[in-house]
Amino acid sequence: MKERLSREVIALRAAKEFFDGAVVNLGGGIPTLAGNFVPEGRTVILHTENGALGFGPVPSSESEAQPHWMGANGLPFLPLPGMCLFDHADSFAMIRGGHVDITVLGALQVSEKGDLANWTFPERGVGNIGGAMDLAFCCKQVIIAMEHNTPAGGLKILKECTYPITAPRCVSVIVTDIAVIRVTKAGLLLEEVAPGWTAGEVQALTEPKLIVDRGVREMEL
Amino acid sequence: MAMKKIVSTPDVAVADIFDGATIMMGGFGHAVDRPQNLIRALAKNRAKNLTIISNSAGVAGKLGIGSLGGKPFIDEEVLIENGQVKKVICSVPASLVMSKPNAFERLYKQGKIELEYVPQGTLAERIRAGGAGLGGFYTPTGVGTLIEKGKEKRTIDGKEMIFEFSLKADYAFIRAYKADTMGNLIYKGIMRSFNAIMPKAVKVAIVEVEEIVETGELDPEIIITPGIFVDRIVKIPREGNS
Repeated sequence: MKERLSREVIALRAAKEFFDGAVVNLGGGIPTLAGNFVPEGRTVILHTENGALGFGPVPSSESEAQPHWMGANGLPFLPLPGMCLFDHADSFAMIRGGHVDITVLGALQVSEKGDLANWTFPERGVGNIGGAMDLAFCCKQVIIAMEHNTPAGGLKILKECTYPITAPRCVSVIVTDIAVIRVTKAGLLLEEVAPGWTAGEVQALTEPKLIVDRGVREMEL
Repeated sequence: MAMKKIVSTPDVAVADIFDGATIMMGGFGHAVDRPQNLIRALAKNRAKNLTIISNSAGVAGKLGIGSLGGKPFIDEEVLIENGQVKKVICSVPASLVMSKPNAFERLYKQGKIELEYVPQGTLAERIRAGGAGLGGFYTPTGVGTLIEKGKEKRTIDGKEMIFEFSLKADYAFIRAYKADTMGNLIYKGIMRSFNAIMPKAVKVAIVEVEEIVETGELDPEIIITPGIFVDRIVKIPREGNS
């Protein structure tokens, strides 16, 4: 069994996609961790759909946490100078209105065309859409940060999603524990592989044909 | 006139809620933004066949997700467990921890409760539109997904959109930080969420607050919810849920 990247390292690589000054909304799980790895020299403005913009990291000690400063991920955050607060109508005006540049989300499935499925699967019978649809439809860039395969080893990057989709043709880039794959008009472009992995090995764990002829690099971490 | 808005207890504030009422419940899903004391009072009142419009169907309170130290708090789940709820209109119906299903999921699988899924931003805007006297709006969110089913579609500015109707209700349960005796409200931190939009979209907006101050004590520059949207104010009792 080859070594895969940890959740933290997936988040670290996803955060390299952030440009200086970007307004970023982070989903729960691995995406939340990306907030800890904003590349040096860049500043991002974090948005949470429950009504705060420009807040800081999760406090390192419990005594610094305040019940009135908590994000949509259920974790407390520290206020930063310039932070502002607002209601849900304004929060989604920011998202739908195109004022949030980047969202990082988890996924159950991503298709070759960039369709995203991340809110339910048939066996559960019910699921949580939350803010994910608005984010996936309306943010300028949708970065998926996820494990490449299911815990049972199943495929998650597919020709077509079999689960109900969150949004069609919305994903810009997929960062996983073994690869970085960009969604292009021509198909899925394999840009990077995790240290020790080959393009062929990533392809074997991915259903659609990956484009590899533009040069595949090893991930710089 | 203004003083008439102040109600003595949460029980009194919800006493007239009738079977079949539609109630908006404010907050996002954190202990500090949920109208816990009004929900608890309604669980005692026992009104049934209720329709709840809320961000969630009670998915986090029992698990203590969204409160410091993981302390459990009250949300819609107590009403659903009581069998008081006929239908939920929300964006997050299912437990946040898949291995610990909530009351909503159990009843939904038995066909005992109805659900209307609404993406969170669409839910906020449907409520905002209802409060602003509008019939609805077109949004790109949901096109090409299960959400578009049965909805009118239109291409606007080159983008496919679906029509969403506005939402109104009989009552709203709201959590705010402070009210003055006119019903003007201010919030603290992330409390505004759905709390600051729901009072406008209902016949009777009931607000629980940490503190009620005299008229004139709140700086008009910082009032978020004008008092004309607020019908009843109740101070959270000392033994209440904060």
